[in-house]
Amino acid sequence: MSGVTDTEAAARLIGFGLRPKQVPARDTAYADLVRKYQADGQFKQLTHAVAAGLGLLVLEVNQQAGAVLAAGEESAFEIKMDNYARQSKIRERRETEKVMHGVIHLATAALAFPRPDDLANDTYIGRVSVEQIDSVVREACRILDERAAQAESNGDPLSDAPELEQAWRVYARRPAAAATKDGRLAPDTTRGMISRALRFLAEQGFLVHISSDRGGTYRTTPRYQIQVRELAADRAFGELLDLDVVAVADDVGTLRADTSETL
Amino acid sequence: MRETAGARHAPVAAATTRGTLPLRAVRDDVTAHPGGAGAVDDGLARRLKALACTAPLHDLDARKSKLDWADAGVYQMAEIALHTIDQVTVAMDFDTGADHEQIVQRLVPFVAAQAPSRPVGEHERVARWVLDNLINVGTVDRGFRHVYGVVADDGTYQRRAFDFKLLVEVATPAGEVYLRASDEAINVLVGALDTDVESAQVAAEVKLENLITRGRLADAKLAAEQARYRTVQYGETLRAMLEATRRDVRAVDWEETIPELLDSALAHIESRFRAENAILRNITAARDEAEDLDHKRHAAELVEIVSDCITRHTQLQARLQAAGATFRAEQDRQEFSGPPRRGGVDLFGQLLVPALDLPVARAVGPVEAYFAAAGGVAVPGCATLPSLVSMLLRPAPERETVVGEVPEPELTPAEQPTRFTAEHAEQADKLVAMQQRPVRLSDLLAQARTIDADLPLLVALRAAHAYGADVGTAVRQGEQAIVLAADDGTPLADERFGGSDLLLATVEVDAAGASHGGPGQRQPRGEHEDQDQESDAVLEEGK
Repeated sequence: MSGVTDTEAAARLIGFGLRPKQVPARDTAYADLVRKYQADGQFKQLTHAVAAGLGLLVLEVNQQAGAVLAAGEESAFEIKMDNYARQSKIRERRETEKVMHGVIHLATAALAFPRPDDLANDTYIGRVSVEQIDSVVREACRILDERAAQAESNGDPLSDAPELEQAWRVYARRPAAAATKDGRLAPDTTRGMISRALRFLAEQGFLVHISSDRGGTYRTTPRYQIQVRELAADRAFGELLDLDVVAVADDVGTLRADTSETL
Repeated sequence: MRETAGARHAPVAAATTRGTLPLRAVRDDVTAHPGGAGAVDDGLARRLKALACTAPLHDLDARKSKLDWADAGVYQMAEIALHTIDQVTVAMDFDTGADHEQIVQRLVPFVAAQAPSRPVGEHERVARWVLDNLINVGTVDRGFRHVYGVVADDGTYQRRAFDFKLLVEVATPAGEVYLRASDEAINVLVGALDTDVESAQVAAEVKLENLITRGRLADAKLAAEQARYRTVQYGETLRAMLEATRRDVRAVDWEETIPELLDSALAHIESRFRAENAILRNITAARDEAEDLDHKRHAAELVEIVSDCITRHTQLQARLQAAGATFRAEQDRQEFSGPPRRGGVDLFGQLLVPALDLPVARAVGPVEAYFAAAGGVAVPGCATLPSLVSMLLRPAPERETVVGEVPEPELTPAEQPTRFTAEHAEQADKLVAMQQRPVRLSDLLAQARTIDADLPLLVALRAAHAYGADVGTAVRQGEQAIVLAADDGTPLADERFGGSDLLLATVEVDAAGASHGGPGQRQPRGEHEDQDQESDAVLEEGK
């Protein structure tokens, strides 16, 4: 076994992983490397070492998804929210915009994998659409609104402390759509932001565009499931734990429609 | 509401509290102690909010004089706005509302009635302006915000923001944008604030029947219209509920809650049918029997409105009946799933809802962590000279072919560059203000000419301004001194300016004396009137 050729192969596997739309099923060289990774423990370690040196984390390597990588903190491959949200207008407060974008990405995953079961099931393929995501978040906002109303406290935000305003109020207030002079989607609206998020995820190889129904419909890829399950959900969960926000889940999940009390 | 166990969250023991605690503490202060002293304030806050909803309408009338494209004084903007909301509300049914164009077209006759002599284009523009302002186009949220104060339990005064919308833009699955009236708008319109939908409807109908038996049909029409708005509002609440249940059936209480809900809704519709049919019979009779033409017409209008109400109830009933089938179909489709194979995170209940419930400042952390981990990896671009050259030489993509026609932006002309520089202003101020003794304008102009060729005009303007100086304002604003100009009848002999050769002096303001007509109040009212004309005369430039 030659160490140099193995190192080169490991680096090539990482290189394949960096092209998210490429899958082993369509590339025999890629498929061979994946097989080698799965069979050869030493090669596996070597791949992890090469990835670590580049500031990358190998989440999973399999025939369906290929090499799924995640960027470590401060890595050159990291995508920062600041860069993603940069295109939004400056007049809005930056934090608000970041929360809006983050919530939309969370909701995309929540709708793609509605039950904990779906996230765990390797063969599950989720479907999301712009319209669904918007209505799911708005529904969650409505539930929180009702809960706040039941608490019988005045929940209107303090006018001089906008950062204390709850995130759901910000989302609920933002219009879903706005008429533009040329009929294009207004980028400030929630639907505009959601379709941007879905396009971005498709670009990253996490979603595949199916049709333009319901504002744009996409299906998930195995890569997205791994990314959300192995890393993203845990990171966000950890952050929430740090903030003392703990929620206990059961096996059916909580994405559901409550009957409204307003009637 | 069923409790969703997963979505509840409770603070964990103090061991994990960190630097973020103060934020939490503030929030708790705000939300703690429901009832108590807040109960007294509730009504006040409610009324303040109700009042706030009317503010955008008043605002239209306040701002109409500032429109530069038309002399809009003749239009009653608040009336047009109410009519707009009427039109949108009437166009709302279960699936869609009206789009912007339809509403504008329906508004134009109403606007035209207010100023028949004006061109049609202007009517349309007024309608569009009112519509845009009700949506509040130009703000990110497309809504309104009103700040009001409440006295908290601990006796401190807190300013809170009330966000509301009047007209909401909603998108259809096909991507068209149409309008719906918000609950606030319907409430403002109907004028029944903070009342129960159902009981208010019953009350309105009792009132209607009363009015008809007494023959007061004009009032009856008003009540019937109100009843129709309530019907629409009622339909809206039901629609929202049905939409939510269709989205996900799993956790809806199919055993009791939903059947109960549907039953009560159907019972409600049944009783409305009975009441409205009775009313319809009565008014139809009243219409046919009425001798008075006016009564006949009113009754005919009423018949139309009540028939419309009945149609709306029929629609509602059809929806309710279809709901059962939807539930069963969704149940078959969704409910069939096995137990979990592996423990996973409930993304909705454990991540999304808790994140939404956090204040913005604290929600940033979790959502950013999620995004960074879920966004995947980015391959940084690496510029090499050959790729850079080809990148630079590549023709720009034609936007027209990608996103359709690019609209020609309407640009407001850049602001006029200021006529005088800051330096000019400073020099003129110095010249005018340093005169302790009264000095002639002609002398000042001569001095100004020695400094800069452009300065005399500014000095003349300052002098003219000082002629009509508002001493009262200066006293109120606590100014120390004010420049005053007086005219003793001497004509100004100047090559460029005409008018009177004013006497200028800097006078100290005696605030104490001013309150009882002392030396501060040097300008009797009578003089004020001819001043304006004369000070204008100073500015006649001899070109």
